[in-house]
Amino acid sequence: MTDKGHEAYEMMVGLEVHVELATETKMFCRCSARFGDPPNSNICPICMGLPGALPQPNAEAVRLAVIAALALNCSINLRSRFDRKHYFYPDLPKGYQISQFDIPLAQGGYIEIDNPRKKIRINRVHMEEDAGKSIHAGDEITTARYSLLDFNRSGVPLIEIVSEPDIASPEEARQYLEKLQRTLAYAGVSDVKMEEGSMRVDCNISVRKKGEETRGTPCEMKNLSSFRAVTRALAYEFERQKEILEAGGNIRRETRHWDEAEEVTKLLRVKQTSDDYRYFPDPDLPPLELSREFVDEIRDNMPMLPEEIVRYYTEELGLPEYDGQVLTMDPAISRFFDECVSLGGDPKTVSNWIMVELLGYMKDKGIPYDEIPVSAEHFVSMLNLIEDGLISGKIAKDVLVSVIETGKAPEVIVKEKGLEQISDEETLAKIVDEVIANNQSVVEEIKGGKDKAFGFLVGQVMKMTKGKANPAKVNDLLRQRLSEMM
Amino acid sequence: MKIWEMTAKEILDLVSSRDVSAMEVLDSCFERISEVEPQINAFIELMEPVARLSAARVDSMLDDGENPGFLAGLPVAIKDNICVKGAPCTCGSKILENWIAPYDATVISRLVGQGAIIVGKTNLDEFAMGSSTETSAFGVTKNPWDLSRVPGGSSGGSAAAVAAGMVPIALGTDTGGSIRQPASFTGICGLKPTYGLVSRYGVTGFASSLDTVGPMGETVWDCALALDAMAGFDKLDPASYERRGVSYVSGIDREVRGLKVGIPEELLDGVSPDVIDRFEAVVDLLKDFGVEIQMLNIPSLTYAIDIYYIIAPAEASSNLARFDGVRFGKRAEAETLDQMYASSRGSGFGKEVIRRILIGTYALSAGNKEKYYVRAAKARTMLIEDFKKGFGKVDLMISPATPYAAFGIGEKIEDPLSMYVGDLITIPVNLAGLCALSMPMGFSQVSGTDLPCGLQVIGKPFDENTVLRLGYSIERAIEEEIRSKMGHMRRGLGLAREAELVD
Repeated sequence: MTDKGHEAYEMMVGLEVHVELATETKMFCRCSARFGDPPNSNICPICMGLPGALPQPNAEAVRLAVIAALALNCSINLRSRFDRKHYFYPDLPKGYQISQFDIPLAQGGYIEIDNPRKKIRINRVHMEEDAGKSIHAGDEITTARYSLLDFNRSGVPLIEIVSEPDIASPEEARQYLEKLQRTLAYAGVSDVKMEEGSMRVDCNISVRKKGEETRGTPCEMKNLSSFRAVTRALAYEFERQKEILEAGGNIRRETRHWDEAEEVTKLLRVKQTSDDYRYFPDPDLPPLELSREFVDEIRDNMPMLPEEIVRYYTEELGLPEYDGQVLTMDPAISRFFDECVSLGGDPKTVSNWIMVELLGYMKDKGIPYDEIPVSAEHFVSMLNLIEDGLISGKIAKDVLVSVIETGKAPEVIVKEKGLEQISDEETLAKIVDEVIANNQSVVEEIKGGKDKAFGFLVGQVMKMTKGKANPAKVNDLLRQRLSEMM
Repeated sequence: MKIWEMTAKEILDLVSSRDVSAMEVLDSCFERISEVEPQINAFIELMEPVARLSAARVDSMLDDGENPGFLAGLPVAIKDNICVKGAPCTCGSKILENWIAPYDATVISRLVGQGAIIVGKTNLDEFAMGSSTETSAFGVTKNPWDLSRVPGGSSGGSAAAVAAGMVPIALGTDTGGSIRQPASFTGICGLKPTYGLVSRYGVTGFASSLDTVGPMGETVWDCALALDAMAGFDKLDPASYERRGVSYVSGIDREVRGLKVGIPEELLDGVSPDVIDRFEAVVDLLKDFGVEIQMLNIPSLTYAIDIYYIIAPAEASSNLARFDGVRFGKRAEAETLDQMYASSRGSGFGKEVIRRILIGTYALSAGNKEKYYVRAAKARTMLIEDFKKGFGKVDLMISPATPYAAFGIGEKIEDPLSMYVGDLITIPVNLAGLCALSMPMGFSQVSGTDLPCGLQVIGKPFDENTVLRLGYSIERAIEEEIRSKMGHMRRGLGLAREAELVD
């Protein structure tokens, strides 16, 4: 196939993202919703679906879901409904999942991505409860001898965010997901951690010839475990479907599984008819009625979202756009930045030190964003030490590492390690004189016009002071002495 | 008079005056149970050891001058689809044969909180689906008035236990008449409260939008007292309302003169002539009381059965999905997961339950949902509106509680439709979310035997007070006849047993 042939096909991707809401307790009972507790330690008659148990809606979950929907530019349905979605699976205790079907909590939103700048429309945001977790003995469900069930997750509140098939490339999918993740993290509604399952992604992808009106037959890939898996799987699926179409074949409606190790998608099952979940309004639960005031109150008190924060950083604090984007990768980072600035740190200096040194260190050590290893107080006093000329920027990098590793204040570390910068002119003059005396040949070269050699002399001074000499002062003194000798 | 022969009111008076102890009451109750239960089969599980502990606790509280509550020492039987912590809860089904409930239903903690003593779990149609207790996996319950007849259902065990004098009060559940019809068949009272008045938490769901829990007892007053303990808001039931009468006992004896009572003509269709006779006698009595009687038409009542037999099975098919053999109950061994489901459910559920699951699944399936479930839900709204209009004209409505007296065991079980149609009079009350009392209004002579037949008093939502007030006024007028026949029947039961033993 020629490049031209490749260009002739396009993909349409819609994403269904499940996000666990960060409530203390579950959607319909007051069991803890915490992640990582011993199996089956947070369960009760309700989330186990015992006979006679009834759901009790969690008001906090509804509040967080409304915040999420507003953050995604959706309109809220003041009257929505909980419906039952039926299917049998061992980790689904009641034989149905309480979800929302024909009247979801919110509809009609969007997420804007930057490259290319476009809006990905969001069809709906609805609330539902999570199922438990099956752990199959052996590798795969089909060959497992037995399965273990953990119901801690059963009943944890979820929102499902369903996009329109507006995504046209794996890269757009990645941007959409990143934006979604950041937005929801800033909205404070979820941890959105894919590795802990608090954010889970299903993809629908169809391929068609460019210019065709109708959508191709979509295939579904469920539960992709990372953004990388999403982009790789979409790229693979696009090629697979394109090859079939180019060969004149038809795409079957399938559910496929992304094999992380082999980097291929594999057939899970063919969907002959659309699944019949026998949705109907949950007769245990009255309609979910929200007052206009309740929604307005939430709207008026929305947490600042990344776009607004970036705008504030660039317009009010004078930071470059790039800094704004990096600092808003995670709420913990911008919160740390804000704290440093409120403690008197210079915004651009703080930003530089966070972006280069702090985030560099955290990346090296594999420290997650929400576990920033240094306090804003220590961070700012370290910057103040540089500002006041007490330590050099170079030394400060080591000081930062020591502060992180010992938890001691930067002043204490500087004192203990004797790292104060030498700014005293008399002391420096002596050292400068000694360097000049020991490097006469270099001095001659400089006199001869080879100014590059000047740096060598500075380096010698720094070496003798183990880097503690105030570089500006060393410069001044050297220049002064040399000019006296000219 | 033995203690077991007494009404709840009489027993409670004796206990609170310390004339008898809670333990003596319980002794008498279990004595009676051992005497007649072998003939009746009202219980699935008796809880004598636990009951004795509870009675001892009540007595020691009374000894210490503490107040155990207004039901102190009152023996109560519980329909076996209501969870009592530590006791089996079979729902009359093999699928739950060995399941022990790990928690108390709200109604249980409320009754026990007032000093009531739970004596056992009563028989019922499997998952409350039936009108005769014949669909129970644990054998049919016999009607104490005639052991060849059914006690009605689904709360037939509770009804028979009260009628036979084994307990003064029992709890039933009512989704389409399951309290009122057996109360009528056994000559006792049963109250189906307004949906939302009594918590459903811990009561196995059959059709969630219709399910209610209520008291069954020998007298209207006894039911009112039990309701006092049971009613009220419960945060564990999302359908629970913050609305209840201050007390259902106080004011029950107020005059009924001037009340307007309607008779929906549609509810008299197909009622047997001797039941109509008794009903007309009650109507005359009410006229004597100064009650204004008027005939009413509620046209959508003709659809009630059709609506019910779509909505109830649809909800049931969903509610019963949890019985999958995975976390509790019977699990069949099988090669694959799907086979395990099919065979656990196929062998665990009885015929009637499977029939209703199939009907419900069909009614909710893609392509059918609009035709059946959605239309039934719309028709239900119509029915609710029609009742609202009717209640614009009257304070209460009355009808017979059942079209006929108790039928014979085996008479209808092979003909589900004729069984379903028998519930025409009770079903609309559930569909419209109203409250209703079933109480004895007299007897119908069937082949030489006196069989009780019941009156239904229907009230507006949350107007149990007025319903009970009218019921109480009727009860006082005809009590003597009812109690004398009841006493005769009860003594006969004991004698029959003795005769059996002598043989």
